[in-house]
Amino acid sequence: MAETKQFCTFLLNDFFFGVEVLKVQEVIRYQEMTRVPLAPCMVRGLINLRGQIITAIDLRLRLGLEPRKDNELPMNVVIRTDDGAVSLLVDEMGDVLEVSEESFEAPPETLQGQARELIRGVYKLKERLLLILDTERTVTLSTL
Amino acid sequence: MDEVTKEFLIESYENLDMLDRALVELEKDPTHRPSLDSIFRTIHTLKGTCGFLGFSRLERVSHVAENLLSRLREGKLALNVEITSALLATVDAVRRILAIVENTGAEGSEDYSELIERLTILATVDKPPQGPSAQPAVVVVVAPSATAPAVIAQLAPAPAAPVVAAPKVAEPAPEPLKATVPPLAPTPVAAATAVQATASSATKSAEPASGSDHDHHPAEKTETRARGMSDTTVRVDVGLLDKLMNLVGELVLARNQILQLANTYSDPLFVKMGQRLNLITSELQENVMKTRMQPIENVWNKLPRVVRDISTELGKRVKLEMFGKETELDRTIIEAIKDPLTHIIRNSVDHGVELPDDRLSSGKPDVGSLVLRAYHGGGQVNIEIIDDGAGINVKRVRDKAVMMGVLSQDQANRMTDREICNLVFHPGLSTAAKVTNVSGRGVGMDVVKTNIEKIGGSVDVSSEVGKGTMVKIKIPLTLAIIPALIVASGGERFAIPQVNLVELVRMEIGQGNRGVEMIYGVPVYRLRGNLLPLVYLNKELKLESDEEGKQRQPAQDDAINIVVVEADGRQFGLVVDAINDTEEIVVKPLGKQLKSLTFCAGATIMGDGRVALILDVMGLAQHARVISEEHDRSRRDEVPKRAVSSEEKQSLLLFDVGDQRQMVIPLSMVARLEEVAPSEVEWTGNQEVVQYRGQIMLLIRVANYLAASQSAEPLKSKNGQDTMQVVVYSDHGRSVGLVVGRIRDIVQQTLEVKRQVHQNGVIGSTVIQDRVTDLLDVAGIIQQADPSFYKDQS
Repeated sequence: MAETKQFCTFLLNDFFFGVEVLKVQEVIRYQEMTRVPLAPCMVRGLINLRGQIITAIDLRLRLGLEPRKDNELPMNVVIRTDDGAVSLLVDEMGDVLEVSEESFEAPPETLQGQARELIRGVYKLKERLLLILDTERTVTLSTL
Repeated sequence: MDEVTKEFLIESYENLDMLDRALVELEKDPTHRPSLDSIFRTIHTLKGTCGFLGFSRLERVSHVAENLLSRLREGKLALNVEITSALLATVDAVRRILAIVENTGAEGSEDYSELIERLTILATVDKPPQGPSAQPAVVVVVAPSATAPAVIAQLAPAPAAPVVAAPKVAEPAPEPLKATVPPLAPTPVAAATAVQATASSATKSAEPASGSDHDHHPAEKTETRARGMSDTTVRVDVGLLDKLMNLVGELVLARNQILQLANTYSDPLFVKMGQRLNLITSELQENVMKTRMQPIENVWNKLPRVVRDISTELGKRVKLEMFGKETELDRTIIEAIKDPLTHIIRNSVDHGVELPDDRLSSGKPDVGSLVLRAYHGGGQVNIEIIDDGAGINVKRVRDKAVMMGVLSQDQANRMTDREICNLVFHPGLSTAAKVTNVSGRGVGMDVVKTNIEKIGGSVDVSSEVGKGTMVKIKIPLTLAIIPALIVASGGERFAIPQVNLVELVRMEIGQGNRGVEMIYGVPVYRLRGNLLPLVYLNKELKLESDEEGKQRQPAQDDAINIVVVEADGRQFGLVVDAINDTEEIVVKPLGKQLKSLTFCAGATIMGDGRVALILDVMGLAQHARVISEEHDRSRRDEVPKRAVSSEEKQSLLLFDVGDQRQMVIPLSMVARLEEVAPSEVEWTGNQEVVQYRGQIMLLIRVANYLAASQSAEPLKSKNGQDTMQVVVYSDHGRSVGLVVGRIRDIVQQTLEVKRQVHQNGVIGSTVIQDRVTDLLDVAGIIQQADPSFYKDQS
């Protein structure tokens, strides 16, 4: 029996992404956000999560995908990091999947751009590919 | 029992529990440096605290234990079972004394000379790892008699090697020992054990240990009653309090929503429940807030005594002054700065302030001054400890640092004096010539730094030899609650900390108001004759695109809200769309993704649950380039010039006193304009007064002092219900109210006196708005009405 891992999955511009389930604090619906002027564009705003102020990062912009249409409300995937929680804005939530380590593979060399840095690897599922996000890198914006 | 002692007890019990663990751990791994250091610090703190609380027995016990630990730390001794059990016995002894203190308020009459001797002997035994440097340099005479000074440190001719406390039992010790022994304590055993131990060097362990057990009896019955103190207070993890407060915040929001809902329902039961919920929530919120916030006074209250005791002990005279007692600090911060602050104060008194004679001979008053100051500023809580003592001898610190291998000679030469000063925070570095029981061992300041940095603060020392030393502690506002003004700009809300606010100006366009003027596209506003650079918040923060801004502009043009703020001594005006309210806000930090935004000091959650950013005025000023050194200087030079220029236009207040004459005074002389209802006027003697901001303010009816006033009785007599227009004039904190007829206008104009009169309350006449206008002689009238007004100030 090969080792398995659980991932919390979500859709982003038709790509199928996953983050380790243990990193996810909670998933919440769209929240009204407070804009942060002069911040990097992928910082969509601040949300109030039960008294805690959390930065919301738009994953589409973070990964260099085309921006979400105005009428589409994103979901918040709240990630635990060393410096407190951060929310990642995604299009749609998927299930929590248990995948076998055997199907893991590093991202192809031809993958370029921001995605190259942020995608840790790929799980080859039967019907599609699951891209695994490096959460620590994703929430670190200082390199930009 | 006073509060200081109570806290000391609670804290010491905690520390002792920790000590037990650390000692046992250390025994497992004698080379484990951090636990040795932590034990040493704990004992050091304990000794220090009981020193100023006057528990001399406890102090003696911990002092010898510290000596022993000091030797261990230096590697002069290796830890063995005997030392460990002696140290553990010390911990037990300290526990017993604390129990007695808790029950009786005094430290009792138990005798610990046997334990002291045991520790002393252990510390005396030399196991020189590398030869000659281990010569005992300092002889510490332990004199157990209650009246004698606790410890006398005698400095032997100082060798070049690091000064080492290597205590020896003084020969005459046994004599006073016998004299003070209470009947219950087994003196002969103690003395005998001591002698035995001296004779048989250091290999014994069992007998001294059992010897110390005898001492238990008097304390045993109190032991069971002990800990009563810890029952009345519960120490709560601050993290838990944080969580609690966040949850209460959420509860408040939920309550707000329910209350709104309740308004739409007509069910009386629901409304009633809503109100109940409202009351409970408010009270809960208030109390949870209270658990966290404390004025810094709570820490400072203990300091006068600390200073007094240390200075008395050292024969120094120190005057302690404290400013900003009411500065509120978060519980976390209070806890964290308590010990560092005490340490710094002790250091300042011990090393900073000189002996009275030395002070006199260097031309200073014999009483040293120690100033404590706390304030919110620059988005942080600032605490300054300033003494006017000898200052830090930079050269000596440099030499010592090189000698101890902290720095290479090369490094030391490259460092600035300021950097060298900050070396006092380096562990193990002390320039004190001798080790006293107050300080000088080179621990303490490193603890100070560690503790302050733990809460995200910083500490900085600046010093001038012969002039004094200033220690500046900066602690972030994180979680501190501050009053702030909420403003709106570009559809967003922002909080501006009250400390940065100077005033609010609402400028109506029109009314002969010049409004915003431009210098090469840079907007400025004339505020009482001074140019105030303006910063449009929405443009500065790029809150809206240019077109959006232009579209909105005409609609907004009827009035401009200017928030005058100050950063780094420089004022500028922040133009915002709307000024809301002042609120107490809880400062919350931003995530690391937004750390680079300098204009923003954090965020807060508003009443409706949404997030608002807190503006860092300093950062904003830098961002908008309001602050730059050149600019600053040129402006300062400019100021005096402007003051003498008579051409300068100024704001003038036009009014009358009930007749046709128009009067004027410069607006800069006006503190406020008030309306006073006749019913508020009271009498003292034959003078009319009103209560005004906690003062009794004299009212002067200007009309009575003007020559032509008889013909025109003031308006108020025609209609008793009319409110009186009062121009408040303040000088040196005292105010008088000038009762005038009607305020007519405020104009911007040069004040050019066309005709000098100087009589009947008028200095001269001028022409304003095509009317002859008399310039009121404010000083003269006040002089007549209340001759004491100016006299009292001089």
